[in-house]
Amino acid sequence: MATRRARWHHLVVFLAPAVIIYSLFLTWPLIDSLRASFYDQQVSTANGVTTTTQTFVGLDNFARLLNDPNSTNYDERFLNAFGNTIKFFIIFMLVQNPVALLLATLLTSRNLRGASIYRTILFTPTTLSIVIIGWIWTLMLNPLWGVINNIFKTVGLGSLIPKEGWLGSPDLALTVVALVGVWQYVGLPMILFLSALLGIDGELIDAARVDGASPWNVFWNIKFPLILPTAGIVAVLTFVGNFSAFDNVYVMQGSQAGPDFRTDLLGTFFYRVTFGAAGQLPNQSMGTTIATMMFLIILTGVIIYLFGVQRRLVRD
Amino acid sequence: MSQLTSTATTIPSETPHNRAVDWGYKIAKLFPHVILIAYSVLALFPTVLIVMNSFKDRRDLFRVPYTPPIWFSLENGFEILNLFSTKGYEQVFSRASIFNYFGNSIFVTVVALFLILMLGSMASFALSEYEFKGNRLIGLYMAIGIMIPIRLGTVSLIKLMNALGIYNTQWALIFVHTAAGLPIAVFILTEFMRQVPTELKDAARVDGASEYRILFSFIMPLVRPALATVLVFNMLPIWNDLWFPLTLAPAGNVRTVTLGLSEFAGQYKTDWTALLAALVLAMIPVLVFYTVFSRQFIQGLTRGALK
Repeated sequence: MATRRARWHHLVVFLAPAVIIYSLFLTWPLIDSLRASFYDQQVSTANGVTTTTQTFVGLDNFARLLNDPNSTNYDERFLNAFGNTIKFFIIFMLVQNPVALLLATLLTSRNLRGASIYRTILFTPTTLSIVIIGWIWTLMLNPLWGVINNIFKTVGLGSLIPKEGWLGSPDLALTVVALVGVWQYVGLPMILFLSALLGIDGELIDAARVDGASPWNVFWNIKFPLILPTAGIVAVLTFVGNFSAFDNVYVMQGSQAGPDFRTDLLGTFFYRVTFGAAGQLPNQSMGTTIATMMFLIILTGVIIYLFGVQRRLVRD
Repeated sequence: MSQLTSTATTIPSETPHNRAVDWGYKIAKLFPHVILIAYSVLALFPTVLIVMNSFKDRRDLFRVPYTPPIWFSLENGFEILNLFSTKGYEQVFSRASIFNYFGNSIFVTVVALFLILMLGSMASFALSEYEFKGNRLIGLYMAIGIMIPIRLGTVSLIKLMNALGIYNTQWALIFVHTAAGLPIAVFILTEFMRQVPTELKDAARVDGASEYRILFSFIMPLVRPALATVLVFNMLPIWNDLWFPLTLAPAGNVRTVTLGLSEFAGQYKTDWTALLAALVLAMIPVLVFYTVFSRQFIQGLTRGALK
């Protein structure tokens, strides 16, 4: 409880540094970036002096993102990246989060020996940078080395190996990149589920056991309803993470997000447009427009969570 | 790391008070271990494979990828196989300024974490201790940053860093990571500081302690677990970050390990021995740190997750 009446100079000394850094390096760039998406920015160099002119264009940039008459194909790329990002998100929701819940449940099973050793091991990939993990898997998936292909052949699944290689396959590349991400990040939802499961009152479970409930029943009827709020947090974190994801694809497939943009996400699209890429000049105005769209998508997700999902889950 | 798996596999799965020969029960007890061991192998295999092969030369790493660098063969009687080679490491040391990259990463991470803890504690103290107009509003304002990824403002950040004259310096990274880390720090620390009894603080005030003394030598030691949680939440995201080093500080002399590795790997992607060695060198600091502090690390994360 805030009990003391503030003396202004203490308030300023304690609050100002954090508020200033936060406002200057987080709030301002976000707001300025939103503003810039309504402008067209032209950079011209004359006599060695670079001048930047900004013209207000209203919603033109957004119109171009949705229907691009030029050869830049922003509309087609945007739709493609949006679809891929949704697929990416679905794979994380369907694979990462259930696996994380399964591991957390197993780690909290009664009288499990070595739980802390397992926990340490399972979290290890999450501690490493995506550049390390991405390259490790790129090398392992490389048909030249064949480390993964050999395993598939040994267990008799050689026919599943795509002839263009896992990361070159138009149909599979996105799924493979997503699964590498799942493999790396499963530790985070696992820890969230773990702390939720550890927070459940043990007496509740003991009482159910005494009444003859099977572990299966205990999980679905007691534990699962109690950890639903955590499942909601995991879902919204997965959503925010995926709709700003960039690193996995950039490391494994490059900023061109090959093959043929099949692994392009909103994050890589944003990067390519903002900083330019092979055969394409950087366009900061369109870059900020894409960022604004990502912002709106993330905001929608967070609002749905805060006002729809969270309230319902917490009330139950 | 592989030693850890083998310890895990030898752990007996019965518990002392359930010795009855009940096969159904025993299998049920074994079930978690089967899945956890399988997943542990899946989690460790790639790292172990890369470490093993980084100590071989190109021919051997392609010929026998699953064989450790020093192994044995029984084909012509017992024979020690010595595939050990440090060629890859020599190449990395001669080509990349790896120590420079490590220095940059350490500087950025340490300073940013220090600022997050310091400024976060100060702001949380003000929010939890003082009554003033707009207290809740500032708390809410600081919390927005938890959900909105700051990288969406990159274009304007570059402009800002240029205006401040810190584009392509470590300070650009330090300030961005501090701003990104503050929301969760303020959120967690305010919760914890609210729980410190008012009587204690007032007693210190009666004794003539200044507000600064109350915060730094009194409250901060009391909320150490919360500070540890904030540290753990921010440490790896800052150390491992790729986006901001790539967009705000890409110059060769200020590169962090993560970006340095990314550039090195892109440049030498066909030089497998050097690439594997670079990957191993880049993961050593994090793996050593994590192995030593894993208990505190996971406890910190779990504590934060409960909030």
